[in-house]
Amino acid sequence: MANVSRRALMKGVGAAATLSMIAQMAKAEGKVKVGFIFLGPIGDYGWTWAHNKGREAIDAALGDKVETVYVENVAEDASAVPVIRDLANQGCKLIFTCSYGYMDQTIQVASEFPDVKFEHCTGFKRADNVATYNSKFHEGRAVLGTIAGKMSKSGVLGYLGSYKVPEVVLGVNAFCLAAQQQNPDAKVKLVMIDSWFDPPKEAAATDTLINLGCDIVTTHTDSPAALQILEQKGLYGFGQGADMSSFAPNAHLTAIEDIWGPYYVQRAQAIVDGTWKSEDTWDGMKEGTVIISPYNKAVPADVAALADGVQAGWKDGSYDVFKGPIYDQDGNLKVKEGETMSLADLAVIDWFVKGVESAA
Amino acid sequence: MTLDLIIAALMTVVGLTTPILLAGLGELVTEKSGVLNLGVEGMMLMGAISGFAVTVFTFNPWLGVLGAAFGGAASSMLFAVLVLQLNSNQVATGLALTIFGTGLSSLIGLSFVGRIVPPFSSIFPAALSRHPVWQVIFGYSPIVYFALIMVPITAWFLHRTRAGLILRAVGENDHSAHSIGYSVVGVRYAAIAFGGAMAGIGGAYFSMVITPMWAEKMTAGRGWIALALVVFAGWRTGRLLAGAYFFGILMALELYAKAAGFSFMPSQFWAAMPYLMTVAALTIISARGTQGANAPACLGKPFLPST
Repeated sequence: MANVSRRALMKGVGAAATLSMIAQMAKAEGKVKVGFIFLGPIGDYGWTWAHNKGREAIDAALGDKVETVYVENVAEDASAVPVIRDLANQGCKLIFTCSYGYMDQTIQVASEFPDVKFEHCTGFKRADNVATYNSKFHEGRAVLGTIAGKMSKSGVLGYLGSYKVPEVVLGVNAFCLAAQQQNPDAKVKLVMIDSWFDPPKEAAATDTLINLGCDIVTTHTDSPAALQILEQKGLYGFGQGADMSSFAPNAHLTAIEDIWGPYYVQRAQAIVDGTWKSEDTWDGMKEGTVIISPYNKAVPADVAALADGVQAGWKDGSYDVFKGPIYDQDGNLKVKEGETMSLADLAVIDWFVKGVESAA
Repeated sequence: MTLDLIIAALMTVVGLTTPILLAGLGELVTEKSGVLNLGVEGMMLMGAISGFAVTVFTFNPWLGVLGAAFGGAASSMLFAVLVLQLNSNQVATGLALTIFGTGLSSLIGLSFVGRIVPPFSSIFPAALSRHPVWQVIFGYSPIVYFALIMVPITAWFLHRTRAGLILRAVGENDHSAHSIGYSVVGVRYAAIAFGGAMAGIGGAYFSMVITPMWAEKMTAGRGWIALALVVFAGWRTGRLLAGAYFFGILMALELYAKAAGFSFMPSQFWAAMPYLMTVAALTIISARGTQGANAPACLGKPFLPST
């Protein structure tokens, strides 16, 4: 199809004629175009890499009906607007914007293209043609916190964050609370580096956390830089978004893997079938959106059993890390004994739990 | 503050400083010859991927560093041909080199994603390089010592040798240098190549030392800080060294302040610090009325000989 349209262009057919021709051919061939806006490079081996795996799952499952396109390295500022608009103009019927920072841009472009469906990842603003989807990463982070709380000798854990957005705040809190269940005195030192991807800064921040006494550092940024520093120092950490054990065979205790494929396939199928609706989807371990990589051999059997227990608990609903009493950093009671935070509250959380040491 | 913490913090500062010091030194020499090359970021990335790739194939980090220097210099030659032979606009061409280097390094890097090399760490015996105190002197990659040695060598070259005098003459007054028989274009080719090689080694510090892996755009804007550093230093080598460590300390302070829970300054402000400091330095220099002191007079101007 692309070849034909290019040839048509070269023949000097007017732009309007060409466009209608492309549209007709698309209809004739019946392939639905699905677009993706990616935050980082697909080679980041983390967040964007995992989303791209999800895109490839669409190609594999619906390749005869659906065609996917993507744009990498799209900044989370106003410059995302023309990029999203461009995908809509290219004829995409469904566009996934795969990071929190595209929230308002997605809503804006969606209002210009009422016939195109949009899906925004990790946000909370919806419209008739904008759905949101998210993954309960905090369920995975509770597993990591359990391991870290049990394995840390100093009881001081490092957390390398990106920005203070609900997803990261949830991750920090889940990690800290789970660690405190194993070691009530556990503390989490938090450094936000104001970027999702900046390997030198991630490395320097990891250095800093280690220097200040952390013996396990977990990351909420997208490169394996922190793990490599931990490997060099003989300490432990966790992968983010994908199994990063090849970068740090000894330091990589386990990782949270994001599995977007089934959701993406299901939503693309809904477009093909014409059954797409604007919804808010927040799947987790139960649905298989978040999985935990195989444990490193450095994880002792009893710790692995505890971590498995947390995983099983999330899946059957018997475990929730956000069960009261929960205090915030200043010691105010935020969740009473016997209560559990609702998903709606979790989605907009903006305070850290007691035991988190942070600058903001 | 314990001694351990101070030593560890110093080592973090050295790690943050070395790449911008290397790239800054190279750019300083390039600018001294009258050429403004804004492609530092692209050359650093080309050096990062070249060094990494050579190390993957040869298992020899020394060859890797050579490869990085070559990768950076080769990409700078593209800029040199456009700017010196075709007299294109230096600012626009430099920006194009950054974009080109970013893209080409990503393309080459596709097949290296997910691979690692052993870190190019200290060559001193472990008794020194891992010693709790002496590691502050001996615990670094050879690239760190190379960067430090290059500072006095560059200063000596620029101010104590005939070749350095010619290079500065070309940067200050290209037509005069030309009229007494020096090859302006030849000198500038050499200066641009040196700048590219140094930026390449600076980039390799990321992909071979700090995090021995390849990731697209892994320099994350350090090339721009190196450019700001040259201006901040007023085109003087000694001040460049001081400025690089000043910037490095600022970057480390941000992380320590955050990790220790201090929030006296928004973090965006921290990130902007090197540039704010450069603006401040420029303001001070021009307020003194010495006309930017050391800025080469022909900086950024194409050389169009009348004869």
